[in-house]
Amino acid sequence: MRAVGQLRWFRLVAGLGFCLALTLDALAQQKLDIAPRVTVAIRDARLVTVSGETIERGTLVIRDGRIAAVGATAAIPSGAQIIDGKGLTVYPGMIDAATSLGLVEIPAVAATVDQGEVGDYNPNARAIVAVNPHSAHVRVTRYNGITNVATMPDGGVICGQATFINLYGTSPQEMAVVPSLGLVINFPRLNTGGGGPFAAFRQPPPANIAEAIATRNRRVEELRQVLREAADYGRAKAAAAADPNIPRPATNVVYESLLPALRGEMPVFFRADRAQDIHAVLAFAEDMGLRPIIVGGNDAWMCAAELKAKNVPVILTGVLDLPSREDDPYDVLYENAAKLHQAGVKFCISTGDNGAHVRDLPYHAGMAAAFGLSPQAALRAVTLSAAEVLGVSDRLGSLDVGKMANVVVADGDLLEPRTRVKYAFIDGRPAQLTSRHTELYEQFKERK
Amino acid sequence: MLNTTPLRFALACGLATALGFGTPARTPAQQKAQTPTLIRNATLLTVTKGTLENSDLLIENGKIAKIGKGLTAPAGARVIDATGKYVLPGIIDCHSHSMIDAVNEGSLSVTSMCRIRDVLNPNDVDLYRALAGGVTTLNLLHGSANAIGGQNQVVKIKYGRPIEEFLFPDAPPGIKFALGENPKRSNFRFPGQTQRYPNSRMGVEETIRDAFVRARDYKRQWDDYNAAKARGENVVTPRRDLQLEPLVEVLEGKRYVHAHCYRAEEILMLMNLAEEFGFRVRTLQHVLEGYKIAREIAKHGAGASAFADFWSYKVEAYDAIPHDAALMTRAGVIVSLNSDDDGRARRLNMEAARVMKYGDLTENEALRLITINPAIQLGIDRRVGSLEVGKDADLAIWTAHPLSVYARVETTFIDGEVFFDRQTDLARREALARERAELEAAEVNRPQGGGAPPPVPARRRPAYSFGDNCMQMTKE
Repeated sequence: MRAVGQLRWFRLVAGLGFCLALTLDALAQQKLDIAPRVTVAIRDARLVTVSGETIERGTLVIRDGRIAAVGATAAIPSGAQIIDGKGLTVYPGMIDAATSLGLVEIPAVAATVDQGEVGDYNPNARAIVAVNPHSAHVRVTRYNGITNVATMPDGGVICGQATFINLYGTSPQEMAVVPSLGLVINFPRLNTGGGGPFAAFRQPPPANIAEAIATRNRRVEELRQVLREAADYGRAKAAAAADPNIPRPATNVVYESLLPALRGEMPVFFRADRAQDIHAVLAFAEDMGLRPIIVGGNDAWMCAAELKAKNVPVILTGVLDLPSREDDPYDVLYENAAKLHQAGVKFCISTGDNGAHVRDLPYHAGMAAAFGLSPQAALRAVTLSAAEVLGVSDRLGSLDVGKMANVVVADGDLLEPRTRVKYAFIDGRPAQLTSRHTELYEQFKERK
Repeated sequence: MLNTTPLRFALACGLATALGFGTPARTPAQQKAQTPTLIRNATLLTVTKGTLENSDLLIENGKIAKIGKGLTAPAGARVIDATGKYVLPGIIDCHSHSMIDAVNEGSLSVTSMCRIRDVLNPNDVDLYRALAGGVTTLNLLHGSANAIGGQNQVVKIKYGRPIEEFLFPDAPPGIKFALGENPKRSNFRFPGQTQRYPNSRMGVEETIRDAFVRARDYKRQWDDYNAAKARGENVVTPRRDLQLEPLVEVLEGKRYVHAHCYRAEEILMLMNLAEEFGFRVRTLQHVLEGYKIAREIAKHGAGASAFADFWSYKVEAYDAIPHDAALMTRAGVIVSLNSDDDGRARRLNMEAARVMKYGDLTENEALRLITINPAIQLGIDRRVGSLEVGKDADLAIWTAHPLSVYARVETTFIDGEVFFDRQTDLARREALARERAELEAAEVNRPQGGGAPPPVPARRRPAYSFGDNCMQMTKE
């Protein structure tokens, strides 16, 4: 008895101590990304909801992992921790809709690259399996107010399945918001030479353009064939399920993984930049009954009417790229977003980066704003529009009651490079804003 | 502003190209340069003399003639109302490979005899794109495939002019060195080539040491010869060594060393070696671990030309932190930011803004990183890098503060002459589209078999011969 009583007493004291230590700062300094959800009220802050009006002075409440209240006035639950938001602005966390963050640590070191598989058709390769929660890129990215990314495989024709993750968690499963987000396809394109900066490794331009076109067409037909076989497989399975007299086809993991896309349950991310390729993707997807999303989209502005008519969204990854044609206007890619916006095409802005530079997402959006997009639309392009394109806007992308509490608090305009993120919450948990970089900085700033 | 369009290069014959660019005659634009320009009512970010609000700047004869309030325009002057706009000195990119048709002579480990000046292409369209980002001066460097690379060239981006007009007057000559993964070829092999010495950082040191030992002997040989000759003795002239001559200039302090480097110990190695041979490293390029030994860099007196936040592309870039430039600045090092990339060159202002955030620099300290500091590092600060009376009128007008992501360049001047103007650019687009259509329809561009031309975009002329993408390997 006595021993039990002592244990209870000990538990009570320990519990009290834990409660006392449960301040935001303490949680945000936890070494692992497994802090409990908190109840927090950010008061007197500027609230940029993105979905609606900006509230110049208001309160946002986070509770049970969700946004519990947003408004000029809001009831603050008892026991909530208060953040004085004076001079601060609250935003939904930014979303980079097309990265390979977590699959590549150092591109020059092959052992750290898990981005692509061998062979042309790997629809069953799933990014969520290989995302490294402990990649230094995760926290470095989060530091700038990016709370979510879509991570995609690359290589071959059907690269595999993208995943959508929180930049928070100690396992891929803890990070996953949508484990299998969609299929990723590098749409076969015309070989016009190129392939990197090394002349020795570069593909020569085709000697015979007709041959190059034939090769591209053959590869497209191959892709079509794989999808048709998968659809046949799906029909055979359905028929067997409906009628016990029909033999069940042997399970084929490759075909199996294509079925959700063929049934329209899963979008297909088509990497395509040039107008002719975008046009070909649209025709192909329509023909095959797929739900396409264009990734890249450097020439999307040329196809705006068609994209709009077919209601196909675009994830722009090349806002900061150099124009691909020598005679393009210098700002052709800076202006791409503004032109799509004007044409009413659904789009969002992404870095397209494999990890280390996803943190620069706000500057990609900012540059589009310097060239014709309104600052509001630019912010939307890396928050709510990204969520919409990825099909997660019911949960993320804006400051609305009921949404997942992925919220950042900054000391200024989120798209400005000089702005600092002061707090970040992911799934209602306070997220550390330390990183490999801040740690090295802390170490070496003391060395005089 | 442009003498010809890039499209014409793709579609027309070489004769037109030669006519477009080879003529040294004064163009109308150049004559206009003699016309004074008054920029009125701007915020002048002078960099060295503070920020002047609602002020005017007068350009005469290619120089900044006056700075002040309520300046009167001389007769015939072009007057620009810059109310609400900002004027920044032309951005100086301390590490660029634009215009260079052959970046790397990757055969030997010491290629000091190669000169970047010999392979410059003034028609590189990325020059125009850099101008549109407010950049006016570039330090063009050899690639980083070798421990001792080739000789550099500093240029003003006089896009559309003959190459002679690009060469920066009186810019001290320099040479590129490279340490670490690239000269030891950690991440690449040239196909068909056998392995080359060095293969480690030890070997890199030895390669540079060996070259300077030879250069010292060579210098002694010539010094002895000159002394003997001065005494009137009849002596045989030593054999010229084109590889060692530039290194002798380094020993004599007449040629700057711009050294590509990453890790702290290799930076220390080079500074120690330089001190042993009696010269100073002028700039450490990239210097991503410079923050670990900022004190030693300051003591040696080297400048540092870094990236703002580029990292994790190879192992030696894994300890790079975006606080690097700021920590070195705090230690008293003259720091600049460079692009090493035609894309990044267009946004060096954004690079500066990032360092300001990560490392707590002031606005002016951040602006120095891309203006006066690189000018000091390149030995051209007498002429450029700040808005001061008497300096070259190399500057740009920005629509907002250049440290804002929403800022855009309106007009870029070099020596008082407009080399980029957004309104002109916009106005020309329609004419260019028409010209393109005409050229595409021209007989010479029709396929011989008839029918429509194949839908193949013209390939950009590759800017580099091999091995020069920063991400992978050896441009840097």
